[in-house]
Parts: sequence; C-alpha cells; structure tokens
Amino acid sequence: MFGIITPSGLHFERHHQGWWDIDPSNHRLMINGLVKAAKVYTMDDLMRLPQVSRIHFIECGANTGMEWAKVAVPTVQYTHGMLSCSEFTGVLLSTLLDDCGIDLKKARVILAEGADGSSMTRTISLDRALDDVIVAWGQNGEMLRPENGYPLRLVVPGVQGVSWVKYLRRIEVGDMPYATKDESVHYIDLMPDGQHRQYSSIQEVKSVITSPSGGQVMLENGFYNVSGLAWSGRGRIKRVDVSFDGGNNWRSADLTSIVLPKALTRFNIGWQWDGKPAMLQSRAIDETGQIQPDSRALRAVRGTKSIYHNNSIQTWQVRESGEVFNVQL
Amino acid sequence: MSSFDRLHRIRIILGAILIASCSASLLAATPNKTTHVDFGVGRPATPAEIKAWDIDVRPDFKGLPKGSGSVSLGQDVWEGKCASCHGTFAESNEVFTPLVGGTTADDIKTGHTRALATGSAPQRTTIMKVATLSTLWDYINRAMPWTAPKSLTTDEVYGVLAFLLNLAEIVPADFVLSDQNIAEVQKRMPNRNGMTTAHGLWDVKGKPDVNGSNCMHNCRATVAVSSQLPEVARNAHGNIAEQNRSFGAIRGADTSRPAGAVALVAATKTEAPKPVTGSELFGKNSCLSCHAKASKLVGPSWEQIATRYKDSTGAEDKLVAKVKSGGAGVWGNIPMPAHAHVSENDIRQMVKLILSGAR
Ligand code: HEC
Ligand code: HEC
Repeated sequence: MFGIITPSGLHFERHHQGWWDIDPSNHRLMINGLVKAAKVYTMDDLMRLPQVSRIHFIECGANTGMEWAKVAVPTVQYTHGMLSCSEFTGVLLSTLLDDCGIDLKKARVILAEGADGSSMTRTISLDRALDDVIVAWGQNGEMLRPENGYPLRLVVPGVQGVSWVKYLRRIEVGDMPYATKDESVHYIDLMPDGQHRQYSSIQEVKSVITSPSGGQVMLENGFYNVSGLAWSGRGRIKRVDVSFDGGNNWRSADLTSIVLPKALTRFNIGWQWDGKPAMLQSRAIDETGQIQPDSRALRAVRGTKSIYHNNSIQTWQVRESGEVFNVQL
Repeated sequence: MSSFDRLHRIRIILGAILIASCSASLLAATPNKTTHVDFGVGRPATPAEIKAWDIDVRPDFKGLPKGSGSVSLGQDVWEGKCASCHGTFAESNEVFTPLVGGTTADDIKTGHTRALATGSAPQRTTIMKVATLSTLWDYINRAMPWTAPKSLTTDEVYGVLAFLLNLAEIVPADFVLSDQNIAEVQKRMPNRNGMTTAHGLWDVKGKPDVNGSNCMHNCRATVAVSSQLPEVARNAHGNIAEQNRSFGAIRGADTSRPAGAVALVAATKTEAPKPVTGSELFGKNSCLSCHAKASKLVGPSWEQIATRYKDSTGAEDKLVAKVKSGGAGVWGNIPMPAHAHVSENDIRQMVKLILSGAR
C-alpha cells in the first residue's frame, strides 16, 4: 500500500453476521425515538439530500490487540492490518436528525441498527452523532461494495470499526446508552483492577512504519526511504518522529500526504543504513497534543489484558543480515 | 529539504487549508443544530413499521415485551436450538468463548467477577463479563439462533435466558423469568458493578488517560529487547517472501529458511514477477476471517478439508460450487456465506490449493 487511500478491494472486513446482499431499491432507513416525526427514507430520498465526501480511516478496536502482553505476530499486516482509509460519500447524520426534528433537550445518544441477520446494534454519543458522522453510500468513488455494507453504512470518524454499522436500516434517538452485545460483552477494555471500560470508542493517536517492517529484508546498506502511516481519532496529525535507535534519539519525519482530520497521514524520512543493527520506531502527535505512548507507559495504566485500543509505539529490529523483526522493548 | 520539496510541502499545506476551510463551510451550510430546513423527502414511519424493527431492550428494560419462561422450557429450547453450537452446558468453546462459567456465589453478592481481577479463570466467559441482563435478552431475541435469528417466541427467549442463568447459579432450577421479576434478577448479575465509563474514549472531547513523551534526544539509557517471536514460529504465518512484492529494495524474508540465512546476496537475484498467489487470493476474498491453515475458526481448517476429501473424486467441482453458493451441514450448523462475486477461476484456484494441502 502506498499513500493514504486503501483500494476498496483490499479493505479489511469483520462481519458480525455474514454478508448481506440487499436490493437498494427496497432498502429503507428509519429514524425513530426522540424525534418530532419518525421517518422512513429510501435510497432515492437520501441521495437527494445535501451530501459530503470525506476521507477517514477505519480501524478495528482490536487492531494490535494481540500484542498487549508480548510479541505475537511477525508482520505489520498482522500487527496493524485491521486498518484502512477511504473517501466516503453520503449525508451527514446531523442533517437527517434535524430533518426529523430531533429533541435536543432529551436526546443523549443514538442507536444504529443494521439489516443483517442479527440486526447488529451500537450506541453512539449524541455529541458525536451531531459532529461528523456520515450516513454513507459511496466509497472511493463507487457505491459501497456488499462486503462494506452496500447500500448504506454509518461512518463514525475516529471511532473503532464496530460502530460503523453496515447495511444501516434504523437510527433510534434515545436518552441513555443501550448496552448492546458488542458494547457489553465485547469491545470492553479489561483494566488491571478487574473493571471493564465500557463504551470505549475513540482510536487514539497512533503510527507505524510500514517500510521497512517485520518480516521484510533490506537488500543492502545505503539510503532508504522509511515510510509509514499515522492517524488519530481525535483530529489531525501534527507531527511524526522517527527513531533508529530504539527511542533514544528522534528526528521529525515529513508529512508527505494531505493532512486531514481522522484520516491516515503518510510520513516519510530518509535513512542511511550503515549495515549495523538498528531499532526503528515512529511516534505520532496529534493536533490535540496527544502523543503516542510506548508500551510501558500504556501498560502502566491499562495493564496487558485489555485486547482493545492498543496504540503503543511499534518497534522493528533491523539485524545485520538486513532482516527486520517485530520486537518489544 | 530541497527547494522542490519545500514548494511541494507548501502546496500540500495550502491544499490542506483549502480543504479544511471548505469542509468547515459545508458544516455551516448544513442545517446542523441551528436552522430547521424541511427537505420534503422521506415519509412518516407507520406504527407497524416501527413495531417490527424497534425491538431493542435497554438496561432499564424499556422495550422489554411482556412474557415469561421457565428454566425447564429454556432447557428444551437450548437442547433443540442452541446446544449444537454452544454445548449442552453452554461450556463449548468451539465457536467462541463459553457463555457460562467462572463466576461464584460471592460474585453474585458483590457484583464483581473476581476472576477478572485475579486472572484465575482460563477464559473470560460471557456471564463473567456482562453487567446488564437486558444485553443478553436483547441479543438472543434479535440474533440467536445464529442460523435462524428472530425465530424464538418471546416466552422462549425468557426461558432460554432463565436456563442460562440457572447454569450460572444465579436463579434456582424451578425459576420462571418474566418481565415482572427481571429487574430483581438483574441485582444478582455477577459482574453488575464491573463496568466503568470513567475514561476519555467516548465523548468527542473525552480526556486521554495515557500520553507519551516528546523527548527528542538521549531519551532512554538502555534499549533491550524484552519480547520477540521464538525462532520456531518463524514460518507460522506462511512464507512472508510470498506476501511481499518481488521487486524493490525491501522484500519479504524467506521464512522457510532459518533467520540469518537471508544474506545480502539475495539482492542480486531478480525473480520474474509472480502471478497472484493462492495466499493472496485467500486474503483478497477474506476467506481468512473464517478459515486458517491448521486451526478451526468459524469454518474448518484447510488441512481438515484436505484430509476429508483426500480420496474423493469430484471433490474439486463440488467444493467450487459450495464456496460459490455457500451453505452448511458438512462440518456443522454454521453456514458459509455465498461468494457470488468471486470469479469461478479464483475459487477453483483456491480449492485446488486447499485440496493439495499447500496452504
Ligand atoms: C449455528 C450456531 C449457533 C447456534 C445454533 C446458536 N448460536 Fe449463539 N452464537 C453463535 C455465534 C457464532 C456467536 C457469536 C456471534 C458474534 O460474535 O457476533 C453466538 C453468540 C451468542 C451469544 C453472545 C455470546 C457472546 O459472548 O458474544 C449468546 C448469549 C448466544 N449466542 C446464545 C444462543 C442461544 C440462546 C441459542 C439458541 C436459541 C444460540 N445462541 C444458538 C452461534 C450459534
Ligand atoms: C463467514 C465465514 C466463512 C467465510 C468468509 C468463508 N468460509 Fe468457507 N466455510 C465456512 C464454514 C462455516 C464452513 C463449513 C460449512 C459446512 O459445514 O458445510 C466452510 C466450509 C468451506 C469448505 C469446505 C466445504 C465442504 O462442503 O466441505 C471450503 C472448501 C471452504 N469453506 C472454502 C472457503 C473459501 C475459498 C473462502 C473464501 C472465498 C471461504 N471458504 C470463506 C465459513 C466461511
């Protein structure tokens, strides 16, 4: 993968009830609950409304989840692969909620429901629903593919993929969270004291060097373009630093893609490899000032059993042979 | 930075500003919170439509339909419709982690599953984690059994939930769960006090709990590796050389050979570009979310399939058709979805690979 856009054919997928092939001419979106008038929209209706196209990353909450306690997998595809970035086209959810006359005095959350067999549901906070959430039908210039939720899915920028409900058929406006299965049994973060964090959603500031990375070989010493991706569920990436000595000294990389909020950002930095062992790391800083932590800092607060939301600094060890390994310090 | 680079960067920054400002104006132009614009699209939802879809049950039991079901009714439902996947005592971990187990009478008193803090349970079962009974009612009602969601009657949902609660020793064997007493049972859920929302990962402006350091020089005195994959696991994820491009200055390591054997001389060896390999096809068509080489996931492992059809004639055609149209019954009750959009050619190539035991 180059740049920041993931070709639709390479998009990561996790299905909670298989693929669902829906006839768009029969698909309906209902909005009910704390609104003046519960409404039903067809695709024809939705595609007439004011629309936006925006580039956002989508990351599974469990991305890098196998690496909380120790190294478990060899390559960046396995450590960070449940991530992609696309341009999504649709109508802002705030437009629809306004069209139905949402009761802003009482409303606190929305519940999004899919049309798959298990009619999978997920709670989203109201401030987010009114902020930048999109009811999308387009991805990278084409209609959503069936595996990505055709004909309609929710795009919840900055938030873990499980909230991006596919085959979206209903939005309910409510005044308390719904504690659905995927926010009460899964996607809850186990802390060292035995408590689970519920409704953990935001994918915090994170980055990884994709080239060179674990499982690869650098063919000979000399100059390399070291390249990677950075992203933050809280906004734009402000800076990315790269270390070649395991985090002792750092240099700032160039942000060489367009820098958009809650989107992948490509960084590059030149490196003369002298053929000696090296430890490559990258660390991202976002516009809110949050700095990507190393695994020790993260574990000190969240332990090692959380599964979800591991945004720690990744280390790639380069050996004299040129081979690159996934290691933790 | 060369002057070209600098120019290029300025252009990128300008571009970013342009985009930022146009998305800001788009936001302002949409009727966000401020003005109500009537687009005149959509139609009122009918009460019947809302009733059919709005089946969610909240933690305060809003949305829960009236009804009741006994543990023994639940046992019948369980044995007929659930046990094949979840095991007779909800202990099976064939599909996912077990539903019950790992909680104690003391947990029922405190509302904290102690094994979560001590790490003493071998697995984190559903009942160890879930704090709200509504979650289980709602999920079983909308999604189970996996192969026929929403086929249970309201009383059957109450019953099967009563059965599970009895297995977890939360209610007695003669218990009848109903809309009238469910709030009382909620007060006995073993992990009812086990959730916290005191974290910054929910609200848009939630405050982060962990921050890194922005130190640039002499940041850590010692750098030592504390964890890495053992050498025996080297080839466990397939030969990584085949998962990378075969050109460029950085390639995939040949993990079929021991580490260290990958010498720099490999640089001079240029290979002809390879056609799409089988492993890429499996990845591309997301077969790997349900299948793996050696272990059973949602579907059987490639090795199990290869073994089963080793001596059977016509297996290839049969399996190509099966992957294309999906279906269940050969390996269990869980169906494989149809893959109508994957080309016949690709499917055949993958089936050949599976049958040859190559992956
Ligand atoms: C064909 C196999 C199958 C059958 C039959 C089945 N289930 Fe399930 N069940 C599953 C799968 C698969 C999941 C996980 C779904 C997911 O992760 O989204 C699941 C999840 C669950 C869960 C949530 C557990 C968790 O931790 O996520 C409950 C509760 C449950 N099933 C109860 C039942 C009950 C009650 C029945 C009978 C009425 C039943 N199941 C029948 C396959 C099955
Ligand atoms: C959503 C999960 C899922 C996905 C995705 C999936 N499979 Fe399966 N697969 C299964 C299950 C479950 C079975 C067992 C079906 C049965 O018991 O009849 C199965 C069975 C098979 C079998 C053996 C069929 C038989 O009748 O013995 C083959 C071959 C197979 N899968 C290949 C593939 C290939 C190739 C892909 C990708 C194009 C794929 N599967 C994607 C779940 C899946």
